[in-house]
Amino acid sequence: MATITLKDLRHSYSATPTSEDDWALKRLDVKWRDGGAYALLGPSGCGKTTLLNIISGLLTPSSGRVLFDDEDVTDLPPDKRHIAQVFQFPVVYDTMTVFDNLAFPLRNRGVPEAEVRQRVAEIAEMTELTGMLKKRAAGLTADGKQKISLGRGLVRSDVNVIMFDEPLTVIDPHLKWQLRSKLKELHQKVNRTMIYVTHDQVEALTFADRVVVMNFGQVVQIGTPVELFEAPKHTFVGHFIGSPGMNLLPCQVNNGSAYVASQKVETANKLAGPAQGRLELGVRPEFVNIGSAGLEADVVRVSDAGRYRIVDTRLGDHLVKVLVSEDQEVPAGKTHLSFNADYSRIYQDGWLAGAEPAA
Amino acid sequence: MNKTSNQKAWFFVLPVLILVAFNAIIPLMTVVNYSVQETFGDNTFFWAGVIWFQEVLHSERFHAALGRQLLFTFTILAIEIPLGVAIALAMPRKGIWVSVCLILMALPLLIPWNVVGAIWNIFALPDIGLLGYTINSLGIDYNFTRQPVSAWITLVVMDVWHWTSLVVLLAYAGLVSIPDAYYQAAKTDGARPLAIFRYIQLPKLKRVLTIAVLLRFMDSFNIYTEPFVLTGGGPGNSTTLLSIDLVKVALGQFDLGPAAAMSLIYFLIILLFSWIFYTLMMRNEEQ
Repeated sequence: MATITLKDLRHSYSATPTSEDDWALKRLDVKWRDGGAYALLGPSGCGKTTLLNIISGLLTPSSGRVLFDDEDVTDLPPDKRHIAQVFQFPVVYDTMTVFDNLAFPLRNRGVPEAEVRQRVAEIAEMTELTGMLKKRAAGLTADGKQKISLGRGLVRSDVNVIMFDEPLTVIDPHLKWQLRSKLKELHQKVNRTMIYVTHDQVEALTFADRVVVMNFGQVVQIGTPVELFEAPKHTFVGHFIGSPGMNLLPCQVNNGSAYVASQKVETANKLAGPAQGRLELGVRPEFVNIGSAGLEADVVRVSDAGRYRIVDTRLGDHLVKVLVSEDQEVPAGKTHLSFNADYSRIYQDGWLAGAEPAA
Repeated sequence: MNKTSNQKAWFFVLPVLILVAFNAIIPLMTVVNYSVQETFGDNTFFWAGVIWFQEVLHSERFHAALGRQLLFTFTILAIEIPLGVAIALAMPRKGIWVSVCLILMALPLLIPWNVVGAIWNIFALPDIGLLGYTINSLGIDYNFTRQPVSAWITLVVMDVWHWTSLVVLLAYAGLVSIPDAYYQAAKTDGARPLAIFRYIQLPKLKRVLTIAVLLRFMDSFNIYTEPFVLTGGGPGNSTTLLSIDLVKVALGQFDLGPAAAMSLIYFLIILLFSWIFYTLMMRNEEQ
């Protein structure tokens, strides 16, 4: 059990990084609370697996430190860090029974057999493997095997953090939801730090208390699912999280306030510095209203998404998506859009105006 | 149901039937034919029943050759399989040394079999061969043309030199196909190298090693060229393995009946061993 601190972390896979693009991880400063449920969310190639491997000790960062509580573990190998990992595809010891699989980490550490039996029984109960303890691990289904790999992490009492590297990739869709809620439940029961790496926003948002969003080797925002949804610090977060993603409209800024199509738009933030760089107004489709007041726009298309409808409108040269409820009338042709001021924000070069870049 | 009857389809099967008939069925049936008949030349044959089979199965000469064959095969399997796995484990996984090692390993497999026999024959000669001369100058009396033990050791070493590479290449292919995640999991589980070998590498190598054992079993049971060139079955009969004996009976003495019976028994032994081994290895495999 430990607080995990990443200090000034950088990593490059090339020995002599020359350009900014050579860095798989660009300067990271993160603190992970003991016992928290974190998700690392980002598109493929954003550096999340690199970060995971650095925490687990499979990779040594090019520079920076990894601290578990106050102990510097940067140069320690994985087996000395007291971590556990669940991989993308199930890793089990085929020739062993389920019981022996769960007992393996304990036996390797010379735990007395009586204690091994008691711990394994406990964990098997938790992971619903009790009935299969005598079976060969090779005979289990994919979700059963993933439970074994998770169980091997839970069985040790000294584990600082359990890491999941897209653990539901090979699980059947109807079991994914089940296994995910099981994970959440286990987290509340054992209260261990868990880090869950995924590129699926649904998985991240349902599992984690706090989500770390990464892109291009840096942390873009750390926040609760609600924070990420309501107040994205970067247009990437706005776009990556939510379905459909946030609308982004180029805007002009005068005296800190945003103007779209020469009309002033009330926003939750103001731009303090000079109005330079790429200036955009970001607002989620959930917070755009169709009505008689506001900016003029054309309805292009209406698509039904089940519980709500997505209306594509054209405002000047730009597409604005609007979410409307099933029963709301959608006018054809010309209409007007207004934005909810509490959830409309100005972004400068991608970053939320007035906010420091995260990390 | 309206089945169209189209007998013309048989023509498409015909080429394969002819091919299989000429390269397998007809030669094999010729042997079966010889094994149940007696001939006195002039292409006249008489029905002999199972008499040749009885004769072969009761012949001490056959027992001795079979015994030598089993001893040889199990000796080289006991050496080549563990040694092959050990070398594969020691080989590098990346970098230019991978290609260097693979080429070095493949070299013995590329040499024609009778050349292998010739190389070792000359190499091991006690008076002019580098190996034979060196051993003798170390004070050890070694002469594979006169001492049965020396002949056996030379034969086994030659086969190990020639064929361990095959096991190495198969085992290496099996090893590199194990995903990294297994090693990472083992590391975090605190497994020591021996446990990693026992619970990860060995189980993952099971299939390729089954193939390696089967190939080496069948090939070594059929071995002819190399011992024929190296020792010619001698000194005495000490290295007369099954196929060398078979050729002596069939072509040396021209006893076609016993030779044919022997061939069939020989063939059935290989088939039986391979089948039992494969069934045992695969009985726990998932589909």
